[in-house]
Amino acid sequence: MSHKNKNAVRIILFYLLTFGIAMIVVIPFFWMVSTSLKSKGAIMQIPIEWIPQDPTLDSYKTVFTRFPLVQAIINSFGITITYTVVTILSASMAAFAITKIKFAYADIIFKLFLASMMIPTQVTLIPLFVIMNKLGLINTYPSVILPSLFRAFAVFLLVQQMRGIPNDFMEAAKIDGAGMFRIYAIVIMPLTKSAIATLTITTFMECWNDYLWPLLMLSDKTKMTLTLALNSLNGQYGTEYNLLMAGSLISMLPIMCIYAFAQKYFKAGLMSGGVKG
Amino acid sequence: MNECGRHVVKNSKKIMEAAPFMIPSLLGMIIFSFLPIIISIVISMTEWNGLDKLDIQTLSGSFVGISNYMNIIGGKEFWKVLWHTVYYILLYIPLVLICSLTIASILNKNMKGIAVLRVLYYIPVLTSWVAASLIWRWVLSPQYGILNQLLAIVGVSGPNWLTDKIWAMPAIVLASVWKDMGFYGLFLLSGLKAIDTGYYEAARVDGASASKQFFSITLPLLTPSIFFCVIMALINAFQLFPQVMIMTEGGPNGATQVMVERIYTYGFSYFEMGYAAAYSWILFVIIFLLTLLQLKLQKRWVHYES
Repeated sequence: MSHKNKNAVRIILFYLLTFGIAMIVVIPFFWMVSTSLKSKGAIMQIPIEWIPQDPTLDSYKTVFTRFPLVQAIINSFGITITYTVVTILSASMAAFAITKIKFAYADIIFKLFLASMMIPTQVTLIPLFVIMNKLGLINTYPSVILPSLFRAFAVFLLVQQMRGIPNDFMEAAKIDGAGMFRIYAIVIMPLTKSAIATLTITTFMECWNDYLWPLLMLSDKTKMTLTLALNSLNGQYGTEYNLLMAGSLISMLPIMCIYAFAQKYFKAGLMSGGVKG
Repeated sequence: MNECGRHVVKNSKKIMEAAPFMIPSLLGMIIFSFLPIIISIVISMTEWNGLDKLDIQTLSGSFVGISNYMNIIGGKEFWKVLWHTVYYILLYIPLVLICSLTIASILNKNMKGIAVLRVLYYIPVLTSWVAASLIWRWVLSPQYGILNQLLAIVGVSGPNWLTDKIWAMPAIVLASVWKDMGFYGLFLLSGLKAIDTGYYEAARVDGASASKQFFSITLPLLTPSIFFCVIMALINAFQLFPQVMIMTEGGPNGATQVMVERIYTYGFSYFEMGYAAAYSWILFVIIFLLTLLQLKLQKRWVHYES
């Protein structure tokens, strides 16, 4: 075989491989969309209909009418946004104090934060449930939101960022008579913008997709997040896959929209290692 | 005022300055991390059922020392559950590494249409496990699912996947590989990008084939990234949960029971909180040991570019 031919074969093989892997990624999503547009009868057809013969939006109508899905969407947005804002505020404030005020014990506290990252969430699951129960917070939104006060990983990421900011910026502001809160809000925060953006997006995604903790905390149907609603939709209509697929698609949309606009930060967030795959 | 006194005053002033910034995190750490850790250790040494009032009297009344731990390690179930996780790891890690390495190599090439793929590969990563599990349960449906239909085209009659004792775990592995390959691909891609193209040019001049280049340049220089992915994958494997919960609930006949699923089931279905808490500490020890072991082994087979 000539060199040119060999090269052509290699390129064709490469494209075939690429196509194959792309198909593996796409087919389940294609199957989800296709199923969500079918009627209850059509999903049980043999041979299967790859593309629905009578596409219908009935499944979408049904999930919205039979299930408080609008409420779940509102809950999910409310919980996720609050959770994210609290995470960012609390973590950035701690990171600021640790790196820029440099009080005594700052190092010890930071080391404790890091050590706490070694404990897997499953270990604190049962006692956290007990604590929330004692505080009378089970089945309330704060039970899901409050743990955002302490997110060691977020502090860790921001400490790394803030350490890189020269102290001259602060000194200049101090000479101008700025207090600590002004320095934090006006000097330091703008300089950590991209780390904050990364953290915002990954926290949002994690909270939006979270399953186990909200499952333990929120059992009231009107308080459920979208992920939980999908879970209980599964419990009620476990075999009506047209409904389940419509629900899944709806639950994915917000993250997809954010991803479309902020790809760069998504990747930075995943790479930072804070999100478990 | 002497030197020491001035130091103390300066220190306490700084602490006062830092306090308002630290209070939210510190409160959070105490209530949602430290306190739970202590409570968890205490509960793990009792037979508390989660329903009785939690006070000193109840706890001391149901105190059993380390017998929860002994019962877990001495029982057959734990080793079965551990084997399930090991089995999952044995299937999952090679598969996810091959897939993510392929993805990374593809994305590393500047060919037409790659931009579309770049967006595509990360979509499973962004999907919640609840949605992904439901999608896969339907993909794997023995009669109406798309996978068995595709297998039928090539003349293979697909198994009953999630309800088949032998195939349930491989099915969970398939779904997990699909969901995670973009995630690990991202790390391997940045590893590939960091490799100096000069090595390849030199190899080409020497007439090294593409496969030779891959095995003598790419793979050795990529080991730090691969190593990192393996650690993460191992740790995540021991924390396997939502996909099992939604796809099989540990079934059929316990064939996909894994540690976190057991912790959840003992704690919140059987209300054996003490037993579940002890289970969670055993999980912690395993994860901790794995991290240490990997860090030790790292020196032997990881090639860091100096």
